[in-house]
Amino acid sequence: MSRLADRTVIGLSISAVVLMALAALIPNWMLFIFLQSFARGAVALGLLVLWRSGLISFGHALYFAAGAYGAVFMQRMIANDAFAMVAAGLIASGALAFLLGFLLRQYRGIFFALLNMAFSMVLWGLLAKTEALGSTDGLSIVAPRFFGMVFAGDQSKLAIYFFAIVLTWMFSVAVHLYMKSTLGAMSTAVRENEIRLEYLGYSAHRAVHVKYVISALLAGFGGVLMGMTVGIVDPDSMAYWTVSGEFVFITILSGTGNVAATYIGAFVFEIIRSLAFQYSPKLWQLIMGGALLLIIMFLPNGLWSVMARLRKARAS
Amino acid sequence: MHTLKFRGMTRTLGASLVTALVMGPGSALAKDEITMAVPTFTTGAGGPAFGVPGKQGVELLIDAINAGTMPAPYNTKGMGGARVKALVYDESGGNTKQVAELRNKVQKENVDLVVGYVSSGSCSAIAPVAEELKILTLLTVCGTPRVFEELVKEPKYVFRTINHAVASNLSLARYVVEKYGDKNGYTGVNPNYAWGQDSWRDFDMSMKVLAPKMIQTTTPQFPKLFGGQFGSEISAMLRAPEQIVHSSVWGGDIESLIFQGQPRGLFDNKLFLFTVGDSAVYRLGKQFPMGSLVGARGPYGIYASTELNKSPLNVWFQREYRARYKEQPSQAAYQYAQGVLAAKYAYDRAQAGNGGKFPSTDQVITALRGATFTSLAGTVRMSLSKGHQAVTEDMWGVLFWDMKLNEPMVRDVVTYPPECVNPPADALDSTEWIKAGMKGTKC
Repeated sequence: MSRLADRTVIGLSISAVVLMALAALIPNWMLFIFLQSFARGAVALGLLVLWRSGLISFGHALYFAAGAYGAVFMQRMIANDAFAMVAAGLIASGALAFLLGFLLRQYRGIFFALLNMAFSMVLWGLLAKTEALGSTDGLSIVAPRFFGMVFAGDQSKLAIYFFAIVLTWMFSVAVHLYMKSTLGAMSTAVRENEIRLEYLGYSAHRAVHVKYVISALLAGFGGVLMGMTVGIVDPDSMAYWTVSGEFVFITILSGTGNVAATYIGAFVFEIIRSLAFQYSPKLWQLIMGGALLLIIMFLPNGLWSVMARLRKARAS
Repeated sequence: MHTLKFRGMTRTLGASLVTALVMGPGSALAKDEITMAVPTFTTGAGGPAFGVPGKQGVELLIDAINAGTMPAPYNTKGMGGARVKALVYDESGGNTKQVAELRNKVQKENVDLVVGYVSSGSCSAIAPVAEELKILTLLTVCGTPRVFEELVKEPKYVFRTINHAVASNLSLARYVVEKYGDKNGYTGVNPNYAWGQDSWRDFDMSMKVLAPKMIQTTTPQFPKLFGGQFGSEISAMLRAPEQIVHSSVWGGDIESLIFQGQPRGLFDNKLFLFTVGDSAVYRLGKQFPMGSLVGARGPYGIYASTELNKSPLNVWFQREYRARYKEQPSQAAYQYAQGVLAAKYAYDRAQAGNGGKFPSTDQVITALRGATFTSLAGTVRMSLSKGHQAVTEDMWGVLFWDMKLNEPMVRDVVTYPPECVNPPADALDSTEWIKAGMKGTKC
């Protein structure tokens, strides 16, 4: 087996093909849940990159929103094209993370988590109070073109679905390969002992900075995808701190075992929420919180640990 | 290991597929029942002010419609001959979730129509999606003109059965100029989010056109929505030379502002214009500052009390609502009920045009587009935005405590006809229309 094509890469590729084939079978609302799962899963993947270095951010909605708003302004002002919108979202979130990274890379633990939250709430306030940025009502995104091709109605959702699968697959494989690389392997070193890492000749600050930008790019991509899926971006469902909380929720739900875990976690999150809302419109928040508690109590390493347990059981 | 991992993957995918099939499209509904999804705030800050009365208005009307006990012209059973089932669900949780929920209601639970939405944010988010899903949607409370002026310019499935928000601020400006033109100026305290910013802008622009001499010099205040503390805003208002204060606060904010302002004499010194004050008037009772102007976004709530509106339909609604819920119907009860009545009107009319058979959605849409129907609080004309946006009268008056009725009431009431406070059908952007001098109004 070559170094590039390991089990995870093969698994991701097969999943991508299967998900594409599923488009013909699943009802429309399920397609929508899948799309939301890709979007939230991408952000959770970004958090996973940080988490492996022992860092958790309570403010990744900042980059989620930056990506989404970047895409909106690309569509409104420059080019109505899905690829250009993703590029704009990545530039917006990446540039912001690069700048804030100089400050944030110096902090660890709760300080890192809360400083992120503080910055995300600054963006939230800015968006909610500025009429030119759509205020709390937000800004709409119309169905994008794909290299000039126009799709209408149901076809447009399908086009976004395939587009999302291809890009999600690319990003996930890239992140997986990165985490296997030397720089990626430094994650554990940063978490375990930064001083040793420095003595080995690497800069811990720099390693954290790179990971921070990568995680922000993934969050920005998630934001663009969410904006295209829902058709509107607004501060309350994009930048508010509870949104960051949902991402942390998904990351805990998924566990850090594998890049694919975050998407499964995001999907389970959407399904729980959708069912909780349908069957108990008054208690759905309680059910979400209860589900999180149960996961922490019985699956502290997330859903992916179920796979590992099964594997162990099979092996013994 | 390889195969195991692969099996794990397929297992996950298999599970999602099974979930998809189990929860897939339900069985087709029989034609003798239609399901109406009713989004409103069942949790959170919007609940007591809008959600609860809205839900009660819907339930009261639907029970009466199914039993055929409403007064004429709505005294037939059901809508288009079918029983109606209302599915009330929560509007909280943000726009993304509302879009997801609308998809679930349409694609998973197969509802026939949607009647509701309080927040302008929800309406902006779901309007394009409702068109995409081809679901008949009657917006009941939300006010932003952007719905038809920017987001859905060629509506087919989306209607709004209430004036958009420009009307209430324009009629308020007319009332202020007419009654208080001698006061020295105005300023504002509005919550810092889209509703507050839009409300202030519409009022301020209308005032600049109607009374260019009556300017505002103090910076208008934009406190944080549901921030709870109005101390510094109250100080600023007390220092301001202007005698009139425009305020679109609602829910917990209106209570905070009133309870914190009263001990400092805020309402003795200033004339407050509460643009949606009606939503709190009955809950606060005597604690609401008497002498303020209270608005209801049209002839609803306090303006539809039987003292002011004696139409048989309204007298019936007031009597039934008070008897069932032991409280007065405030604006949201009327506004949600108006959406239900619009649906009943459209289904019945389409049924009549279809030889008495249950109509298709397209026939219902044709029946409602551009229609004029009688609602609880008066006549509704679907005359703007290609027949999809309603216009009604608007009313303003001064709040006082009626000793005889032992409840709040309004005096010096002025009723503005729809043509006086709404842009004409050919105005594409109501904000620009106000700025350009409000051409084409008939008062």
